[in-house]
Amino acid sequence: MNTATTTIPVAGAHHGDHHGHHQPSGVLRWITTTNHKDIGTMYLTFALIMFFVGGLMILAVRVELFQPGLQLMRPEFFNQLIGVHALVMIFAALMPAATGFANWQIPLMIGAPDMALPRVNNWGFWLLPPAALLLTLPFVLSLFGIGDGALATGWTMYAPLSVQGGFGVDFAIFAVHLLGVSSILGSINIIVTIFNMRAPGMTMMKLPLFAWGWLITAFLLIATIPVLAGAVTMLLADRHFGTHFFSAAGGGDPILFQHLFWFFGHPEVYILLLPVWGLMPHVISTFSRKPIYGYKAQVYAFMAIGVLSVVVWAHHFFTVGMPTPALIYFMFATMSISLPLAVLFFCWIATMWRGAISFETPMLFALGFIVLFGIAGLTGLVLADVAADAQYHHSYFVVAHFHYALFAGGIMGVMTGVYYWLPKWTGRMYSERLGKLHFWLTAISFNLTFMPQFFLGLAGMPRRIPDYALQFAEFNAISTVGAFVLGFSQLIFAWNVWQCAKGGAKAPAKAWEGASGLEWELSSPPPYHSWETQPQVA
Amino acid sequence: MDARHLPLVKRLLWLIAGAFAFAFAMVPLYNVLCEVTGLNGKTAGPGGFSIGGLIGDPAAPPSPIDHTRTVTVEFTGTVMPGLTWEMRPLTFSLDTHPGEMQMVSYLVRNTSDKPTLAQAIPSVTPGEAAQSFHKIECFCFSQQALAPGESREMPLTFIVNPDIDKSIRHITLSYAFFSIDGRRLASAATSEAKP
Repeated sequence: MNTATTTIPVAGAHHGDHHGHHQPSGVLRWITTTNHKDIGTMYLTFALIMFFVGGLMILAVRVELFQPGLQLMRPEFFNQLIGVHALVMIFAALMPAATGFANWQIPLMIGAPDMALPRVNNWGFWLLPPAALLLTLPFVLSLFGIGDGALATGWTMYAPLSVQGGFGVDFAIFAVHLLGVSSILGSINIIVTIFNMRAPGMTMMKLPLFAWGWLITAFLLIATIPVLAGAVTMLLADRHFGTHFFSAAGGGDPILFQHLFWFFGHPEVYILLLPVWGLMPHVISTFSRKPIYGYKAQVYAFMAIGVLSVVVWAHHFFTVGMPTPALIYFMFATMSISLPLAVLFFCWIATMWRGAISFETPMLFALGFIVLFGIAGLTGLVLADVAADAQYHHSYFVVAHFHYALFAGGIMGVMTGVYYWLPKWTGRMYSERLGKLHFWLTAISFNLTFMPQFFLGLAGMPRRIPDYALQFAEFNAISTVGAFVLGFSQLIFAWNVWQCAKGGAKAPAKAWEGASGLEWELSSPPPYHSWETQPQVA
Repeated sequence: MDARHLPLVKRLLWLIAGAFAFAFAMVPLYNVLCEVTGLNGKTAGPGGFSIGGLIGDPAAPPSPIDHTRTVTVEFTGTVMPGLTWEMRPLTFSLDTHPGEMQMVSYLVRNTSDKPTLAQAIPSVTPGEAAQSFHKIECFCFSQQALAPGESREMPLTFIVNPDIDKSIRHITLSYAFFSIDGRRLASAATSEAKP
């Protein structure tokens, strides 16, 4: 992108003034802040904490699955762990991490002084901690003998099981409501910021790809989160107010819940991934020292994926008994998503082609992302096939597939971004040595954890069951060992970020030699109030 | 809020309201879709309940019996949580020619010590057969009341329409008996789970 500034922003007055003029200090600063950088930091910190909370839950699950038989926990508790793990990782780790990126980066990258609606931004963040509390509180309450624990239906909350479940379902419903409102507030803010606050001269087709990815995500959130909110509201009414949306007794239909849920749930996959797809070209271009290849193609691919993502939802429940024409439609519609996705892969690889590539940590994560997310895409094609899906549905094959998509695609993508922008945010360099160690441990142990699960699924091991047949023992043991290495490797990441923020080597304004874009023209760290005079984009 | 953002924010809020309304609009839309396509064993019926309600048209002229084909119809039934009844079909399975009228019964007993009101909700598998399965008379058309310990044979008269797809040779008719005493399903299920 040829976005050269012709005027230098007058940010000197605020330079180094990290507390503004009449900013409260201490905790109150963070509670009342409307600064996009503060809010971005809070989102990212919250995401990191919840990443470890969700990780601990699933490590307990992996311990239980280390051997056949029931060793550690009651099946009910196992069911609660897997469902809450998913909700925490999706809504409280990945989504806030992406929103943290958006808060920090979009104003810097488009030359805006802040987000368009700063107060709304603050509300959006502060809805998250209560939501996380609602999700996890039932675990604590059950320790004191109150209730029977958290949501035990899996994260999909399928009726009629969720109509009959304990009060953990109610807690989850209200948590989903709060998380949904938070996401919607964030989305409104991002859309308004991108539409109304771009630097003069920055046309939509000069918008950084990261902002484009987020723009599509924001529209998907606005289109689908209200549908999820509606579905869980109906669920709540069925549970407590005698309605029969999903209960066949009064003329409802449990399958309707699956339609509503996945009308949100499938776009949600792209909601999680589009911000990452947006940041990848920046990272790859930086470390290949070449401009982004196929900018327009990538923008149109984002749009195509955004549109297609809302018309393919039923492939998540091919086995409920749909008419054949519907099966065939959903199969081909799903498979057609691989076309724009292939365009993205092609552009990423073409950006690297004949580049002067260096392998700093963000680039390692980007490359790991491309390879492993590629596996997710290919196994997704297998699952999209109606005939094959009849066998793989609800097996560990699905679990392995979506962890390749959401851990290797989502989490490793987020880590790419963190390592890439950390010098910008903190003004300091992280330890490259620890970063590389973190990458290799993560990449290897990730495959050790999830590759065996493909084979378990092919061999017929069902997901969401705390016990299994003897022939699955070896692969499960390997998977558990991998999960522990994977989990503990992330402590290196947390340590590295902490050390960097506390006092790494000073980072220059343009932390990476090959980087381009407006954010690199600000100092590292950028002043508390940046781009108060908007730059002119050529 | 900066006033220049207001128009865009308003438009986005309308979009959100529209998406929320869409979720609720799906409820009747989905019903219509199922009635049109026979999805989930549903067929359209005149008035009353229509979910899985296989209501035939008694006024229609009798269709000729297709003696060249035989369809096996199997009967099953479940009593849903919250209702202490027992039910079983007195005929488990029968072979019929399309167009032939058949009559079978279920034996239903109230095993509780309270008079109870309940209704049976039918469902036909495969879904494609649902529109060709006509019930002339059925205990599922109305609510059934049973005194404590009372048992009753509940009849069902049906015709398999001769227009049924040639590939369908087996039809399963399933009933789920639901309590309609106004209690919430959730609380009923919880009490059921704790014997």
